[in-house]
Amino acid sequence: MKLTPKTATLLVLVLLVALSPVLFPSGYYYRVGALIFVNAIAVTGIVILTGYAGQISLGHAGFAGIGAYACALAPVHLGLHPSLALVLGAAISGLLAFLVGRPILRLKGYYLGVATLGFGILVSMVLNNERQLTGGPDGMEVPDLGLRGLLKDAGLDLTNGQFWYFLCGIVLILGAWLALNLFNSPTGRALRALHGSEVAARTVGVDVARLKLQAFVISAVYASVSGSLLALQNKFITPDVAGFMHSIEMVTMAVLGGVGSVLGAIFGAAVLTLLPQVLTVFAEYEQLVLGLVMMLVMIFLPQGLLPSILRKIRGRDE
Amino acid sequence: MPELLQFLFSGVTVGAVYALVALGFTIIYNASDVVNFAQGEFVMLGGMLTFVCHAAGLPLPLAALIAIAATSAIGVAMNKLAIEPARGAPVVSLIIITIGASIFIRGGAQLLFGKQIHSFPAFSGDTPLRIGGATILPQSLWVIGGAVVVFIGLWLFFTRTLTGRAVLATSNNRLAAQLVGINTNFVMTLSFALSAGIGALAGVLATPITLTSYDVGLAFALKGFAAAMLGGMGNPKGALAGGFLLGLLEALTAGYLSSQYKDAAAFVVILLVLFFMPQGLFGRKSVDRV
Repeated sequence: MKLTPKTATLLVLVLLVALSPVLFPSGYYYRVGALIFVNAIAVTGIVILTGYAGQISLGHAGFAGIGAYACALAPVHLGLHPSLALVLGAAISGLLAFLVGRPILRLKGYYLGVATLGFGILVSMVLNNERQLTGGPDGMEVPDLGLRGLLKDAGLDLTNGQFWYFLCGIVLILGAWLALNLFNSPTGRALRALHGSEVAARTVGVDVARLKLQAFVISAVYASVSGSLLALQNKFITPDVAGFMHSIEMVTMAVLGGVGSVLGAIFGAAVLTLLPQVLTVFAEYEQLVLGLVMMLVMIFLPQGLLPSILRKIRGRDE
Repeated sequence: MPELLQFLFSGVTVGAVYALVALGFTIIYNASDVVNFAQGEFVMLGGMLTFVCHAAGLPLPLAALIAIAATSAIGVAMNKLAIEPARGAPVVSLIIITIGASIFIRGGAQLLFGKQIHSFPAFSGDTPLRIGGATILPQSLWVIGGAVVVFIGLWLFFTRTLTGRAVLATSNNRLAAQLVGINTNFVMTLSFALSAGIGALAGVLATPITLTSYDVGLAFALKGFAAAMLGGMGNPKGALAGGFLLGLLEALTAGYLSSQYKDAAAFVVILLVLFFMPQGLFGRKSVDRV
């Protein structure tokens, strides 16, 4: 039986999530793993927007901020369960992306960049300034999801780190599965067609405006879910989650790993999440090294890390 | 009335800094189609290096000159090492490269100069001038004058000199420019040197008012980028107008509405302008060749 790329990708992901803990020397690594998965969820959304449809966003952290603060605010003010707050956040993000996306997706390249940048900055500014509601730059607490207690009652006793590791891992696998299905669907093919040439896609009857908007909304929902999971996991959230540097981080992770493929982008998320952990010893050099890595990879491996590595391995086989 | 005048003064001062940064963006964009997000770091380097040289005992004008020259050299190095090797890369990759460069420069500055906030004395003293009931710092006049002189200088350079026309030709059509014997690599080097120098000049002029530290660059880069886009990317007149407009918007919002949301007003206006004029205020409509 020959594996389709979709099944192969999912298989690799499932095995990675399930088997990596065998190698973890301490509970701390579950936490790092969960962080990688949270970032990878947002980055999978960027793959749909940038990798499939070829559109740029420098403001997707805004949606992560909405997801995060939905989980912090809705349980307190609306009495919603935190898990429903996550859904509410995703719905708000999707709706907002729909409303904002309509006019700004007509823009191209750098103009789209500055428009999405403006959107992200507006969200982070509201989170920073509405102190009575969000606690301002000091951040605010997020209620407990409560799911771990339920599992414990059912006889499955996980540490906090293990619980979040597997929950985020499962959400990531689901997200990747949806993204891979989209890739092969008629919508996915149309998205890739408009990435290649908008005019050509329009000529063969692709509704370019509607498709771009769809990709934008879907990727916003991914970012929102990622923000929600981050907030619930840390039980605390600051407006940094919606900041410009977080938007840049998302795009960099995706492009660094290889924005054309889900697996590549997830690999990029892993590398950039691990980098600061490895560099804690050289904390002063962290920025220097991060900047250097960003430049070097883009100059020497423009396709991204994973595709370049794979090509090297295949090249040796032949 | 004095109140309004006061807001206008502060808006024009900040706007002049944004205009200088936006002019830097425009020059590089014209020569290479790259939006250089490290532009803000040039502003930081200008202020920071001047402070370091001045603190080492050099007279202020000499310190400023060294800072501008050194920053230009860093700009040229960035072009040679990071931009030229990535020629033809997609927009996303170029954004990541220039943001990588800006993070790299910021990290280096933090290592070399520490995290303290620095400044140096204003050029013509700190006694505010009184005009129509409002006050303005002499240093503000230096900043505004600097922006106007740079703009006029650039205009003369681009319209009256052969080298300037070569830059324009390159921005119009790189291949055609090469065919008529223009050294486009030199044009690129020149553009980065010029743009980094203008950024550093903005830092030198503004630091006595705004102070400087290793991490001020990002804010300048975002505002300068926004100003350049507002005016229409690639158009020096647009950069100047966009910069002053952004500064005035911020000052008036801070004065009459809310100082917390002064940055918001600027971005709301940019979103609105782009909704109705996708090419910015002065940009020409671009036509894609298929």
